[in-house]
Formats: sequence, structure tokens, C-alpha cells
Amino acid sequence: MAVVDVLERLGYEVDFPERQTCCGQPAFNTGFRDEARAVADHFLRVFDQADYVIVPSGSCCSMVAHHFAELYEADPAALEKARRIEHRVYEFSRFLTEVARVDDVGARFPHKVTYHDSCHALRELGVKHGPRRLLSNVRGLTLAEMDKAEECCGFGGTFSVKFDGVSGGMAATKIDSIHRTGADYVVSIDSSCLMQLQGALLRRGSPVKAIHLAEVLAAR
Amino acid sequence: MNPLPARKLNEALSNPKLQLAIYDSTGRLMDKRRAAIEPVPDFQDLRAQANAVKAHTIDNLDFYLEQLEANVVSNGGKVIWCRDGDEAVRFVRELCREKGVRRIVKSKSMTTEEIELNHEVEKDGIEVVETDLGEYILQLAHEKPYHIVAPALHKTRYDVADIFTERLGVEREEVIEKQTMIARRVLREKFVTADLGITGANFLVADSGAVVVVENEGNARLSSSAPRIQVAVAGIEKLIPRAQDLATFLKVLGRSATGQPLTVYTSFLSGPRRPGEIDGPEEFYLVLLDNGRTKVLEDKTKRQSLYCIRCGACLNHCPVYRKIGGHNYPWVYSGPIGAILSPQFHGVTEDPWLPYASSLCGACGEVCPVKIEIPKILLALRAEVTRAKAREGTGKWERLAFRAFAFVMTRPKLYELATFAAALLFPGGAGEWLKSAPLGIRSGPLGGWVSQRDLPPPAPKAFRQLWRERQARKDRSGNR
Repeated sequence: MAVVDVLERLGYEVDFPERQTCCGQPAFNTGFRDEARAVADHFLRVFDQADYVIVPSGSCCSMVAHHFAELYEADPAALEKARRIEHRVYEFSRFLTEVARVDDVGARFPHKVTYHDSCHALRELGVKHGPRRLLSNVRGLTLAEMDKAEECCGFGGTFSVKFDGVSGGMAATKIDSIHRTGADYVVSIDSSCLMQLQGALLRRGSPVKAIHLAEVLAAR
Repeated sequence: MNPLPARKLNEALSNPKLQLAIYDSTGRLMDKRRAAIEPVPDFQDLRAQANAVKAHTIDNLDFYLEQLEANVVSNGGKVIWCRDGDEAVRFVRELCREKGVRRIVKSKSMTTEEIELNHEVEKDGIEVVETDLGEYILQLAHEKPYHIVAPALHKTRYDVADIFTERLGVEREEVIEKQTMIARRVLREKFVTADLGITGANFLVADSGAVVVVENEGNARLSSSAPRIQVAVAGIEKLIPRAQDLATFLKVLGRSATGQPLTVYTSFLSGPRRPGEIDGPEEFYLVLLDNGRTKVLEDKTKRQSLYCIRCGACLNHCPVYRKIGGHNYPWVYSGPIGAILSPQFHGVTEDPWLPYASSLCGACGEVCPVKIEIPKILLALRAEVTRAKAREGTGKWERLAFRAFAFVMTRPKLYELATFAAALLFPGGAGEWLKSAPLGIRSGPLGGWVSQRDLPPPAPKAFRQLWRERQARKDRSGNR
């Protein structure tokens, strides 16, 4: 709900089409293209009429913006539809900084936080400075960069359970880096990174909490 | 199909000394690369240029290969075309027999590792000596390269001290510089007494017929100039059209690999010694190896795999390689590039887990000096794996799970019900309740999750519920 709060505060009319489900990435990334295509078809039907589609997850956003085109390589009609949507789908922080053109949403969050770059937001969408700018304008917030901000948290979809030991090891490296900053919160723009980090932080008994950027920006 | 080498993975993961060695060494190479490209403002343009040249060359391989051959021959060399590793090995063995070769010095070459040349040639009683320090250490230890550029990356100086003491019978020495001197003493003797030198190739220059080898220790230059016979073994994809293209490739290769603006030695091997020259080999052979490469050409997307210039940057930046190390990959090519090369050379059913050994973080593609879209190729290979498994009738449960996934995700009401049920079924926490669950569930994906992490507790109220309440509130205040 934090995403809706922030957008409405900025004067946008927000709709949540209740028929929405998933972008199909889990199937696509595991190699099940037919199944991914079925889910992507559904996505295109649901969001066909929206001016902007705001996605609070870099990875899902990149799926729609980049990988739908790969899915529909052999289907010109669907490809055309995918191409129409790829310019209207925005990762949440990018919408704020590039469309709404705000760096300061008037939030207040008196804590020390560190920002984790979600791999797909960083490398496939090029989102790097926007979230940091938004955070640095939050009242009372101290932003502490970690030394391994750009290193993967180890989630990777089914990778996290197929290669659980490797994934866990990657999370441990990340958490060590988070701890070195002395931050109370690790902030990300990707729900799957947050699930991985929160799960690993809990397992380690760490008091650090993993929260979404929108939750910080919605705080007053 | 080879199963996931889970036991070996765990061995690497639970060895803190090894973990530290891999993580620190690759981390140092990452730092060096960053520092080396930082002062080059057009580095991204150089990558684009390198990519464009490779794309053009690979698309016109037939033309440039013939040009290369003509130029090697006019330089006085011979070109040997080999369909596979066996043909290449057979050529070298026959050459050795014919020329009475007793000792071979080799400079580092992944291609000869690929065809396991040493092993075969040694059967004829010929001594083959690796002369790159890292490779020499591994040859003494009877191990395969751990890394494309730094083969002994996983060995600490204490490991090297053990190996030298045991295999060379020298007094234990833990100082790196002194260890280097020990190897140097042994290897110098080999260089001057070898009959044949074998190198690989970093580039084959079509318009001049030159084999270009870059290195830091001078061993490739010695291997290619001291012995009377010279053999270069290279994959056909090592081609570049013009000598002037080296201006691009040499700039990106050294920086990406070791963070050097240029490696210490760049040798141009252009045929045998000419009349009036005082050194160089008497005979020069270039072995051009296919060994599966033309098969990779078939697919337009995956063809990019052949652009690789073996810099190793994708290994250094790969968080998975940095945990599991080089020896857990099934072939000599490890890391992300190995994960896309091996399935294409050996078929996706050989090690079907390999394209999945990636979190798809994209760091490999980001640093690749020739801009190979490694994550995209991994995804394409995963799609091939699932198709192959469907044909073979294996991987049934996963296929079923994703069919169910698509079924639910295209039916919004069912999806809502499923999220509601999931919140009830998975209360979060360390998964203690799983211990009493049936084995099928414990060993499934959930088990994999809680082996490493807790399940973050579900939100107290589903988003849809909150959304409806909010809309209802709005409607009420709007009607008033």
C-alpha cells in the first residue's frame, strides 16, 4: 500500500486491476517458455489500457520491458502488443524520478539505512542513482553505502532452492556487508531480494530489517 | 545426464580457506579491472567496437579462415585443419614421432587443455612441460586449471610450498619470489633443451597470418622461439580480420583480465625463421581446431559465445563462481562462459544443471569486453533443457509445477485463493513445522529455502483486501 500512498500523495490516480497476477518470470527463468507466454498474455490483457504501469519490483519490470520481446519472437501480433507496453511500464523509483520528476517526496524516516542494488534494476534497467537520491532527501535518514551494494543477494528465483547452499553463501556475503555499515534497515526496490535478505537476516538473528523503498518514502 | 554435483559444491562451500582464497583473488582482479578501465573514457565504445568486429568475423568465418591460411602459408608456415581434438592430438603425436621430439615446452593454452593434449602425448614417452608458473604448479599437482586466466588461483603460497617440496624435492620455501626462482631454474633448463614448443593463440590475424599471444612471464615467447619446431593450437573463433583490430582488442583484453593496460609480452608469431634472422623456429605449424565450434555457429543468438577472448572477467565477477570455484564446472572452461560453452559443445542433456547455476545477476554480461549476452544465452539454454527433459520424460515434477503455475496465474480468482491459502500454510519462521512434514515436501523447494533462510512471515492482510477496504472508504467519503 506504500506505493499507492506515495503516488496518490503526488497527485496520481492509482488503479489496481484486480485481475492481475504475475508477469511469468519464474517460468521464463526456469526455461518454461510456453507457460511464461500464457502468463504474459494475461498480463498484456490486464494492463492494455493503462497509461503507466508502475511495478514495485525491478526484476518483474525488466521481465515485461525486456524479456516479453524474447518470448514473442515468433508471434508478431503479440510482439506488437508487448512493444506498446514496454515503454509504459516503470519501476517505481524510476517513475518518481523520471516521470513525476521528484527527488523529495516529503517523507520522514529517522533511521540509518543502506541501499541494496537489485541486479535486474541495476543492470537491465539502469536504475542506480534515483533510489539513492530519493533516500538522501528523506528527513532524518542517514544513507550508509555498503561496500558490496552491487553484489547479488543470491535469490535468483528457483536458483535459491536448486542451489540453496550457494544462494545462502551469497546472502551471507551480502549480510556481512550490510552489517559493516551499521544500518538498521536495508532498502531495496525488488520484493524478491527483500524476501531473500529478510529470510537470511532472520535466520542469522540480525536486528536489521529489509524493507521496500516505498515503505521509507511513505513514512511521515 | 549428470546430476548436480551437490556433494562437491558443499565441499567447496564448507572449506573456509578455499572460500577466502577464491573470494580474495577474484576480488583483487575485480578491483584491478575497475582501476584500469576508469581512466579510459571510451572503454564502453571499445567494447562495442570489439563486439562489432567479432560479430562480423564470426559471421564471415569461412572467408577470413581462408585468408588466414593463405597468409600463414606465404609466411612459410603450414596450417593443419582439425575437425576435433583427436585429429589435433594425432597430428602432434605424428609430428613428434617424425621429427624425433623428446621434450615439449608449452605455454598456457586453454585450447590444448580442452583437447587434453598433454595426457595423450605423454603416452609416447615424450616429456611435456607447462611453463606458465600457474600451469606448472598445477601440472606438478596433477590438477586442471581453476580459472581461465589464473589457473592456480585457488593455491596459496603454502600450498605451492607443499607441492614444490614434494614434487621437486627442494627445500621448503614459502616466499613467493623465491618460489618463482625455483620454477625459473627448472624451466630455463627445459626451454633450452626442448625440441618443440606449443603455444595457444589469443588472436589469429587474417590479413597478416600472425598468431598473437599475450602473456606476462615471457614463457610463451621462449616456448615459441627457443625450440626448433613451433606449433600453435587455436580454435577457429580466435580470428580477427586485420592487424589494426588489435588496437581495440589488446586495449580491452589486458584491462578486463588482469587490470593491465597491456600485458608484459605481446608476441607476433609469423612463421618460421627467415633467411638472415638469428632466432625463431625452423618449422611453424598452425593447428586450427573446430571441435564443436561450427555447431555453435548454427544459432544466431548463441553464436555470440564464440566472441569470447578468454579474459576471465566473467569468472571474477560471478558471485556463483566466487563461491563454488573452478573445479565444480564440468569442463576446463569454468564460470559463466563455461556455463554457456559446455552445453553447446557437449549437448544440453550432458550436465542439465549447468545453465541453472546462475542467479542471473548479469554481472558477467556487464563486464564482458566483447559484450556477450551471457544471461540471455543461459536463458535460451534453460529453455532447451526443459524441452529435452520433456522429450526424455524426466523432470516431471517441475514441469507439472510450472504447468500449475501458468494455470493459476491466468485465473485471478484462483490466484487470490492460492495466495490466501499460502499465507495460512506458510506461517513464516525457520520452517520447524517442515520437520514433521512428509519427505516429499521436506526435500522439495521449501526444504531448499529453509535450509538457508527463514520464511519471512506473510503480511497480516493481503494487498487485495487492503485495496478493497480503501476503495470502500473512498466511495463512502465520495458519496457523502
